[in-house]
Amino acid sequence: MEVRVEKLRKEFERFPALHHVSLDIRSGELIALLGPSGSGKTTLLRLIAGLEAPTEGKIFFGEQDASYKSVQERNIGFVFQHYALFRHMTVLENVSFGLKIRPAKRRPEAAEIKKRAFELLELVQLSGLEKRYPAQLSGGQRQRVALARAMAVEPNVLLLDEPFGALDAQVRKDLRKWLREIHDQTGHTTVFVTHDQEEALELADRIVVMSQGRIEQVGTPDEVYDNPNSPFVFGFIGQSNCLKVRISNHEVWFEDRPIGVPAPGEREGEALLYFRPHDIQILDGCGGCMAGVVASSRRVAGTRHVEVDVGSGHNPVEIELPPERAAGIDRSRIAFRPTKWKIFRP
Amino acid sequence: MNTQTRKAWRIRQPSVIPGFGLALGVTLFWLVLVILIPLSGLLIRSSALGAANFWALATDPRTLNALRVSFGTAFAAALVNVIFGIVLAWVLVRYSFPGKRIIDAMVDLPFALPTAVAGIALTTLYAPNGWIGQWLTPLGIKVAFTPVGITIALIFIGLPFVVRTVQPIMEEIDREVEEAAATLGATRFQTISRVLLPGLTPAVLTGFALAFARGVGEYGSVIFIAGNLPYVSEIAPLLIVIRLEEFNYPAATAIAAVMLLISFMMLLVINLIQSWSRRRYGYGA
Repeated sequence: MEVRVEKLRKEFERFPALHHVSLDIRSGELIALLGPSGSGKTTLLRLIAGLEAPTEGKIFFGEQDASYKSVQERNIGFVFQHYALFRHMTVLENVSFGLKIRPAKRRPEAAEIKKRAFELLELVQLSGLEKRYPAQLSGGQRQRVALARAMAVEPNVLLLDEPFGALDAQVRKDLRKWLREIHDQTGHTTVFVTHDQEEALELADRIVVMSQGRIEQVGTPDEVYDNPNSPFVFGFIGQSNCLKVRISNHEVWFEDRPIGVPAPGEREGEALLYFRPHDIQILDGCGGCMAGVVASSRRVAGTRHVEVDVGSGHNPVEIELPPERAAGIDRSRIAFRPTKWKIFRP
Repeated sequence: MNTQTRKAWRIRQPSVIPGFGLALGVTLFWLVLVILIPLSGLLIRSSALGAANFWALATDPRTLNALRVSFGTAFAAALVNVIFGIVLAWVLVRYSFPGKRIIDAMVDLPFALPTAVAGIALTTLYAPNGWIGQWLTPLGIKVAFTPVGITIALIFIGLPFVVRTVQPIMEEIDREVEEAAATLGATRFQTISRVLLPGLTPAVLTGFALAFARGVGEYGSVIFIAGNLPYVSEIAPLLIVIRLEEFNYPAATAIAAVMLLISFMMLLVINLIQSWSRRRYGYGA
């Protein structure tokens, strides 16, 4: 089901948490709300769920205005970071809870409920554990029970609040892949909150980047990574360098010289140059490039991250090199030039 | 082969926490000194009576009635305390309001107040011409000098036990669990009855057991409000004192031994239920 959020505003005791946020979530889409803590992403998720009431604005489920419906009426599935399983119930009882408590006229037969719970347990790969209590499961298993429980009520939309936040790195990776598979099988409209950009990039169809109660950018992982529309998005997603530069004569100048980066159509004056550590080209000589002294370097997986000191008053620039290129360059001078970049005005 | 692994079982497990032997020794010594020696004295005295004699004393109608009054009122009071104790703990944990700290402190007063003072105060209130009693008398309700009065005194004495055992567990309840129930469509009532209360069961049982045990043994506050009519509102502890004053030591020991036995059985059963439900809910797992 589509979910539409219109000019949503939320204040907590006069403290604004969301400023007029609008967002269209398409049916069957897996969408990530990404942002640092305090950016309002969890607030937005809880507003969609109905766990909070908006100060202003509207939420539509399909064509229906759900703004003033209670959580119970919205029929959503919610998965919490810390699972929130019912610890006095077995896995099976947890999963069937949502169906068992329905009023008699909407409640399926007991046998039907059981059948559906078993199907869901199979879907989340927990067959055979239905008699266990949550305390007897690992973190990853608990979160899968929580997901099965949320899906049992056939929700209009599945909402996940940092679902993998409490798990260790390896389990998190497995569950990520597995969640994508489940989503492709079931086709639930799914919104998940994360502060982990890697998770968002890997998992989501579209990413909503949020900061300070506002949406900064909405787009596919490729769009937000390759075409960030603001310094915040550039800085928040992926690694990035930011340099204070000057635009003069349709060229980018760093300190007193052009660095070989054209800037056609840009206004003259102060600017900020953003580029990623891997979008650079190492040069031998230097007639129009950046140069600096290698301050330090460290190995990160298949590449070497080199920190280059480009002059006092500037942050050191980080660039990525293949390890063999980086061997023995410590404390020597290095010349480079960005191959892809973005210019923002301060 | 390692000889140690061949042993079927060992009490002592290698552990980073030292002093198991010493701690167990002190514990056992203390239990024996403080609880076991006095109680076994009681059992030895009553076993000296001989079975037939003991049975006759224990099944004396006056004794049986006193036991029934004691256990019945303690049970009723513990039940009432469970209900209102849960509500009180809920209010203290969930809401903030002016005077909350004062109410929180007041809950402990029955612990501190001399029980006789409580008994006299309650008697004054519930006597036919007392503040509350004068309104109940025209309705035909007699509280003071009946088992109802005893129950009220025991409710007063036992309330803090339930509140203080349930309160910390309630504070631990995760807000998210309630929200999870709501997102699954549970009404407020279903959330409380099917999610929150079952999780509190072990704590509620502990509170019930404590309030009940305290009620069975209570003496000071009850004797003022009970009226102490034999066969009607005479509690077992009072009957023991009466027998002692008559220098009828065998009868006193027999009643005490029966009380001890019943109490022990009931507490044991409650403890078993409790450990079963704790295991189930994964506490201490």
